[in-house]
Amino acid sequence: MGSALDAANALSEQLPPLTPHAAAVEADRCLYCFDAPCTHACPTHIDIPRFIKKIASQNLRGSAETIFASNLLGATCARVCPVQELCEGACVLGTDHKPISIGRLQRYAMDFAREHGIYPRVNAAPTGRMIAVIGAGPAGLSCAGELAKLGHSVTIFEKRGKPGGLSTYGIIALREPAEIALEEARMIENLGVRIEVGVELGKDRSLGELKEKFDSIVLSVGLGRTPALGIEGEEAIVDGLEFIEASKTDAASLKVGRNVIVIGAGNTAVDCATIAKRLGAERVTMVYRRTDREMTCYEHEYDFARKEGIEFRFLAQPSRVVIEGGRPTGLECWRVELSARDASGRPAPVAVQGSEFVLAADQIVKAVGQEKPSIAALLGLETKKGFITVDCTFMTSIPGVYAIGDCIRAKGAASTVMAVEDGKLAALAIHTQLVPQSA
Amino acid sequence: MADLRINFAGIQSPNPFWLASAPPTNSGAQIQKAFEAGWGGAVWKTIGAPVLNVSNRYGAWHYGRQRMLAINNVELISDRPLEVNLREIAEVKRAWPDRAVIVSAMVESKPETWREIVEKIEDTGADGIELNYGCPHGMSERGMGAAVGQVPEYCEQISRWVMEAATIPVIMKLTPNITNIVLPARAGVAAGVNALSLINTINSIVGVDLDTLELTPSIGGKGGHGGYAGPAVKPIALNMLAALGTDEIVSKSGLPISGMGGIATWQDAAQFLLLGAGSLQVCTAVMHYGFRIIEDLCDGLSNWMDEKGFATIADVCGHSLHRVSDFKDFDLSFRAVARIDESKCIKCDLCYVACNDTAHQCIDLVGTDGKLVEPRSYDVRSNGKQDATELRPQPVVREEDCVGCRLCYNICPVDDCIRMVELPSGRESVTWSQLSQEQGEVTEDWETMKEYRKQVGIEIH
Repeated sequence: MGSALDAANALSEQLPPLTPHAAAVEADRCLYCFDAPCTHACPTHIDIPRFIKKIASQNLRGSAETIFASNLLGATCARVCPVQELCEGACVLGTDHKPISIGRLQRYAMDFAREHGIYPRVNAAPTGRMIAVIGAGPAGLSCAGELAKLGHSVTIFEKRGKPGGLSTYGIIALREPAEIALEEARMIENLGVRIEVGVELGKDRSLGELKEKFDSIVLSVGLGRTPALGIEGEEAIVDGLEFIEASKTDAASLKVGRNVIVIGAGNTAVDCATIAKRLGAERVTMVYRRTDREMTCYEHEYDFARKEGIEFRFLAQPSRVVIEGGRPTGLECWRVELSARDASGRPAPVAVQGSEFVLAADQIVKAVGQEKPSIAALLGLETKKGFITVDCTFMTSIPGVYAIGDCIRAKGAASTVMAVEDGKLAALAIHTQLVPQSA
Repeated sequence: MADLRINFAGIQSPNPFWLASAPPTNSGAQIQKAFEAGWGGAVWKTIGAPVLNVSNRYGAWHYGRQRMLAINNVELISDRPLEVNLREIAEVKRAWPDRAVIVSAMVESKPETWREIVEKIEDTGADGIELNYGCPHGMSERGMGAAVGQVPEYCEQISRWVMEAATIPVIMKLTPNITNIVLPARAGVAAGVNALSLINTINSIVGVDLDTLELTPSIGGKGGHGGYAGPAVKPIALNMLAALGTDEIVSKSGLPISGMGGIATWQDAAQFLLLGAGSLQVCTAVMHYGFRIIEDLCDGLSNWMDEKGFATIADVCGHSLHRVSDFKDFDLSFRAVARIDESKCIKCDLCYVACNDTAHQCIDLVGTDGKLVEPRSYDVRSNGKQDATELRPQPVVREEDCVGCRLCYNICPVDDCIRMVELPSGRESVTWSQLSQEQGEVTEDWETMKEYRKQVGIEIH
């Protein structure tokens, strides 16, 4: 790989912004459905026909405000949402034609908002209530912004150096450049939210300290690191999330092998494989113990990976990293057979004893999900399958402490837009609790 | 193969399509090109009094992605010297003896100027003359064009002067900027013209620029009414055409009518023929897409005529005129209801909102369990394409309450999804005329009306 510029270009945003003409043509194609299915399908229920018709009528300020009314992180969601599974997947034009490019139209309106400084505003009198939000990822930012709009005084404590969570650190730049997420965080600050970075709950601040100062505490801590595979030579394996983070913060310095293996078959694994391929790997292979039918990445991500020239090795379970001269030279795997369905409803992979074979590789990256939130044990919160348990108002087992986002997502796939919706709904629940007459 | 030839008041043409008197017929070179493309005739852009034109003379009405649903213009009659036009007319007619070459004329309202222009036109060998009594802008301020067409007495007087001088067929062109189109047409009949044509353009202001707050188009900061034409005016033109075809005096006169106003496709053309047009004039569609559109105009019309068993244009002409009626003669017992084809319905719910907000509240949303549901009644935590599509209710017409207004049918974006189905009303046929003759009280008194409804079983929801 050449210069830093080359590396950045290789991972620059995949889709160009729509031109004004393209946006107008696409917006005019929208039928303006009543009680539209796209709006239902959107976890934050953005009034999609309304914001699209406002693009058509060249009321872009109104279009952006329509999006913000339901989703403060519209710029991120426009880029990272699996629209095929959500709004666009529900578009009535999809049945015998092409669905409206809702994601790209939303990005068009959000780009306009960014370029013209159109930000949501606080439209309530100060309530005098103080709320602490732990974690400045999409759930935390959304919740903090919604609370601020309702007149509350909100402080976010973020353990990392920058806000944005996975949007800043964990989503491949070709889908969302870090700058978009950082700008969104600035927009939330613009609502009066304080963001303190480099502050970790349980380390720099205790829950007790926070409870003294704040009326409510919201945990939006996300999930943990990539779990250990428990195989020999694991120390030579690169953590997928760190791999993506490095590609976003300093792509030019990221060390990429010539023959890279990515363990896992989720969306993060596809991102890792894409980064390796685009930053110069000659060969990138995704290794997965089940088959393409069971892969957890979205179908469009699988299609994308194949178009990128990424190879797949299914029914292979890593057993050992082959290390020669202190460097990895291959990944030893067992052949896998699928048997009856397991608890996840998918056929259980069974490693065939004595079937070991070695796949050559000079770099191995793992992207096999994330560890459950460690904060739960630290604070003594009730959990379910490792995720923090909450009631219908997002309150945890500790009164006044709420939890939102990936850390509570025991059921269904975690996604940015679901986290944003959690933040919005929790803000309303907290508001109702703190200011009862508002209900 | 249908025979598309026409004989219009003695003017022969290989097909019924003529270019209307307008910018496309401004010069001999343009008309030669149009004839090469297959146009049956052309009405030369109006010649006559001297003029000067301005820039930004065409405005347009766009809707959604459709450009120029209508054009608006303040271009005047031909600004080329009279003798140049006359020379080119003669050249074109010599080169194209089988095509109809008609010359539109407009001069000052004096017998001698009209006589002079008629003679000059006849000297070119042209097939006919069209009297431009319609131009709504500029010329009307000088007492010509619509200033004549809006006063039946002037139409008659000038047409008489023309008829005294003319030996070739004369077509009188009517302006739609008048309350009753029949009156100037009758004036033409009285003056003895050979044919009528309609419609000329409609007075219009296209819009106001929201940045500059000037009219669009802006002519050096000013704007004003111009002549409106194109697909958007077609229904107005059809109505006026039918008004002439159903007027006793005009229809009895037997004068052929050249129909125009928004013809863009062969379907439009067929509709004008069915309502009594004997020849067809086209302008805006040509200004939008060029002369080449003549190919499908002829081809499509011919195929349709073959399918319908019409051998000649004359067979089509006026075929639907007997269907033109007044409200008082409609069957009040005719009943149709809207029916939604659920296999085609994409559940956009445009019918639902239109019916419930603005019409007669007879479309319901039926949930997957067969129960009625309210819009937006899904749970706030429900999301994803599966929920959104599988849980989406089906709009269903309550036929017993449907008045058959046809609004849903008109707005449904899916072809053939909503049909208007004729159902027996269970009532004997009756028209308002009959009712007022036979049971006059019913048509005059609300209480009697209520009783009548009860008696025949009409329930208004």
